[in-house]
Order: sequence, then structure tokens, then C-alpha cells
Amino acid sequence: MAKKRILVACGTGIATSTMVAKKVEEALKARGYDVLVEQCKAAEAPSKASNYDLIVSTTTLPNCGSTPVIRSIAFLSGVGVEKDIEKIVAALGDK
Amino acid sequence: MPELNFLNPELIEIDAEAEGKEEIIKKLAKLLISKGYAKESYLEAILEREKVFPTGLPTEGVGVAIPHADIKHVIKPAIAVAILKNPVQFNVMGNPEEKVSVKIIFMLAITDPNVQLKLLQDLMEVFQNKHLLLKLAVSKDVDTVLKLMTLKEGFNDEQTDVAENY
Repeated sequence: MAKKRILVACGTGIATSTMVAKKVEEALKARGYDVLVEQCKAAEAPSKASNYDLIVSTTTLPNCGSTPVIRSIAFLSGVGVEKDIEKIVAALGDK
Repeated sequence: MPELNFLNPELIEIDAEAEGKEEIIKKLAKLLISKGYAKESYLEAILEREKVFPTGLPTEGVGVAIPHADIKHVIKPAIAVAILKNPVQFNVMGNPEEKVSVKIIFMLAITDPNVQLKLLQDLMEVFQNKHLLLKLAVSKDVDTVLKLMTLKEGFNDEQTDVAENY
């Protein structure tokens, strides 16, 4: 089982990405994924993107090349969490 | 039992009045600065950040906003809270073209997100709890806010009467 690498981005790379990273990690581990979740500032995302399987962002991001980006504030607002987890799982593909 | 150790009665504004988001952001930022939690530069930084990366969250029940700034503007960690008398419009995080009516503002002063991880998680627990938010929104004194936020009171009971009256 390959470890999935996920980058969580937000405006300053401080508060919201920390909150979201923890939630994403918990949700995916609960679904049996082996994940490495790291965080960064939105501006850093394009240069880091190629090292990750997926980017989850609470804000719009500059072009991140071929790495899929899922924009989600569900993990913060608590509204629509399941739907966004499904999107993340679909984007990650096989475990 | 979650603990929000970074709450402080002197950083809580009840029945706060503001014409718009900038006014309430300024009020809370100046409070954090005057009490020694943030540097003078925090005010400008937080206003600027809100323009580029808005922090309004359309949570269930009551809209909230979590303005914050880079760690370099912060002296020591804290959360300043404002319960607004009348809601103000914030732009939605990640969707700046959308707006959300915000009644409660949690302004964050963070120095190290890994050290303050629990604070961030506890705060998330607060603003993902609809009943708690509805109670916070109508709180009329600082003690009630402190009790609600430290989840010592009424965390699980169904306060539908509050919800209906809101």
C-alpha cells in the first residue's frame, strides 16, 4: 500500500491549514489510507505541488500543475464534510 | 474535556457594535495589541490578510469569522472574541465572491500552530457545534461566553428554544 502524500494549503499556512490537516488525516486514516499530510502557505503550493498526490486548500491557489486540487472549507465549517471526503477519496484513487 | 486556555475575559467583547467587518476587526486587533498579545503591525497585517484570504465561515446556525495574521506579528497566543449586536458581512473563505453574515468573531493570535494545535482544534469544536454557537450568539455576559467556550455548560443539551428565538 503506497503512502499518499497530501498537501494542505491556506492563506498564511498557520491556522486553517493546521485545523484542516488534522481533520483530513483523521478522515483518511479512518478509511484505511496510509497518509502523510503536510501544510503550507497558498503561495508556496505551486512549487511544492509535484511532491504530492493531492492538494486540499481552503483558498484559491495559483496553478499547481498536474496535482489535483480540492478546495474545501467543509472541515472548518462542519458543513458538507462527508461530500468533500468523498471527493478527496475519489481523487486519491486506490489505497 | 477540551480546554481553551487562551481565552481571557479581557479579550471578550459582548454586544459589540460595528458598521462593517473592518470596524470590528480593528476593534479586536487593537484590543490584542493594547493587552500585549500582538505587535502594532498586527492590525495592518490582519486587515490586509482578510482582503486577500477572507475568513468568513458559513457554519451551521450562526456565521463566524476567524481573522488571523502571520505569526511574526504576534507576541503571545490568545483568542479575542466578539459577539456582535448586529451581524456584519464577511467574505467567505475560499470563495471571496460570496458573503456570509457573521455574528461571532474569533480573532486568533497564534505563535506556533503545532504548539497551539489543541487550541485550534478546540476552537473548531466550538464553531462546528450549532447549539453552542446559537447560545454564544445571544450571550449577554463574559462569564457565559467563557463557560460556553470551555464547554463546561450546556454542551450537549438541545436548546431548540434558543435556536427558534434567534
